[in-house]
Amino acid sequence: MSSVQLWTYLFIGLSFGLYIAIAVWTRAGSTHEFYVAGGGVHPVTNGMATAADWMSAASFISMAGLISFLGRDGTFYLMGWTGGYVLLALLLAPYLRKFGKFTVPDFIGDRYYSRSARLVAIFCAISISFVYVCGQMQGAGIVFSRFLEVDITTGVIIGMTVVFFYAVLGGMKGITYTQVAQYCVLIFAYMVPAIFISIMMTGNAIPQIGFGSELTPEYGGGYLLDRLDNLSVELGFAPYTEGQRSTQDVFFITAALMFGTAGLPHVIIRFFTVPSVRAARVSAAYALLFIGVLYTTAPAVAAFAKTNLMNTVNNAVYEELPEWFRTWEDTRLISFEDRNGDGRVQYLADPAVNELTVNRDIMVLANPEIAGLPDWVVALVAAGALAAALSTAAGLLLVISTAVSHDLLKRSLMPQITEKQELRYARIAIFVAILVAGYFGINPPGFVAEVVAFAFGLAAASFFPAIVLGIFYKRMNRQGAIAGMVAGFSFTALYIIYFKFIAPELSTPAHWLFGISPEGIGTVGTMINTAVALTICRFTAAPPRYIQQMVEEIRLPGH
Amino acid sequence: MRDEHARAYWKANVRILTTLLSIWFFVSFVCGILLADFLDNFRFAGFKLGFWIAQQGSIYVFMVLIIVYVFWMDKLDSRYKANTKAANFKAADSQSASDEDSQS
Repeated sequence: MSSVQLWTYLFIGLSFGLYIAIAVWTRAGSTHEFYVAGGGVHPVTNGMATAADWMSAASFISMAGLISFLGRDGTFYLMGWTGGYVLLALLLAPYLRKFGKFTVPDFIGDRYYSRSARLVAIFCAISISFVYVCGQMQGAGIVFSRFLEVDITTGVIIGMTVVFFYAVLGGMKGITYTQVAQYCVLIFAYMVPAIFISIMMTGNAIPQIGFGSELTPEYGGGYLLDRLDNLSVELGFAPYTEGQRSTQDVFFITAALMFGTAGLPHVIIRFFTVPSVRAARVSAAYALLFIGVLYTTAPAVAAFAKTNLMNTVNNAVYEELPEWFRTWEDTRLISFEDRNGDGRVQYLADPAVNELTVNRDIMVLANPEIAGLPDWVVALVAAGALAAALSTAAGLLLVISTAVSHDLLKRSLMPQITEKQELRYARIAIFVAILVAGYFGINPPGFVAEVVAFAFGLAAASFFPAIVLGIFYKRMNRQGAIAGMVAGFSFTALYIIYFKFIAPELSTPAHWLFGISPEGIGTVGTMINTAVALTICRFTAAPPRYIQQMVEEIRLPGH
Repeated sequence: MRDEHARAYWKANVRILTTLLSIWFFVSFVCGILLADFLDNFRFAGFKLGFWIAQQGSIYVFMVLIIVYVFWMDKLDSRYKANTKAANFKAADSQSASDEDSQS
């Protein structure tokens, strides 16, 4: 066993031990504890938990890599996944906290005084969360298999067991405190290599500043970003700091990710756990601060890694490449084919002469090795990636379980069940959800990874307008809200299904509606939802008096 | 009395939201996307301005916006509470004001 593997076992063992200890310490005794952690979570704690809840395997493993291949266009991930918090903090979190129930379908069902609205919301919440959670399990499996050389099945089962422990025992209470620990693990694991590399390449310890600094003489001097632009152009790629996608597409994708962020049920429910309206605002601020640490570092990592990769690999003699190249070749994240037989690696934009294919995930996973960092830093990345995957998975599983036990059973089908029974159903639901998610993590249907990115579009087109209108437009009634959610969700889903699964060969800007890609169509879905809701609402009866009073009550500050 | 204060509170709240969300839109969509190419003509350190706003600056602005929101709403909340308290005192001239706290 190599030294990297020893370190990896150590870090993963320690962090998992910690999560299980927290699980035992935070068992939930009531539905109030199981659903909203008793409602007394400190705003800073909740901010940290929200950050871990939010930053998934995709943020941790894939985002920097995506950006390094997209260049400036990668911006839509950065602005989209942080800007949504401004909407969440200003338009949703405080009012939903004042409303003071357990789930998003709770709000939709009560505000729109309708069982059908509640059922539509349950359907949206479960499908969005489910699509998303499968991707997390898959992410956990991949980390296990690449770093520890156990097979993906074993990896997923280990991940499932750990989540099972704290989610089934502790519900939201267990999840909250493990998420705090997971945030610490993941941010440490992300920042340490980033700082190391920043110092190595620019002599500046802060990656956000190193990003705009000059390279050290060993790396050839000159500003990092200029060098990156030049290298890209030399190899036939587009300059890194210039946009390639159409402006309207970037605009719509950014908006879809922002609205989606604000409408994702697993993020919204975190704000039910704090003690007051003010605490909800404060914890949204902390959440974005904690998230921002990673999100402002990611573009720097992207630029460092891309420069480093091009510097190290291009025109290098294959036999003389460092050891990491072969390790990652074995996992097929990098592949080299010596087309012209000169024994050197040609990394070029032109597919006819290019000899190297690089998977985007390598930018984070292999970055420490490419930069030649110590073994313990390399091992840290595995523990961080697992923390990111498991923390998000747990938050999503809780949404699924509450949607079943609370919204579907208690509030719709079996209102007579006691709290004890409801709690038992919640635990059974989360257990079943873990099993199903695990199954799909091990046998990923080809579409899961694809669809994860679209969960945002769906959340944007269904929940976001329904909740915002419910708070800011007193006259909005159940007919309008239901029609809007159904129209927005189905339009977005159909557009995505059409271009991704039915006719993927047609998915080019020329065929897209107004040149908007399936990733950005959620914004149009949001608009359709809003327009349909407002129109239908005009021609149907106003909501009853007590609902309008409820809206007025939600708007006032609480204690 | 309480209704009047509630309406004033909501109006002030919507004003705060409009202000902050206008900045949010301007920084992210206008500067970070629509004008990014133009702003790239300006540079500081190794950054082109448009690129920096898109990948760094906008995120810092988002953080500041939520922090400002927290402070403004704190101020607004305490003003609302003081006003409703004063109104309650007037209304409950002769009565004892023992249940005051449960009202706020």
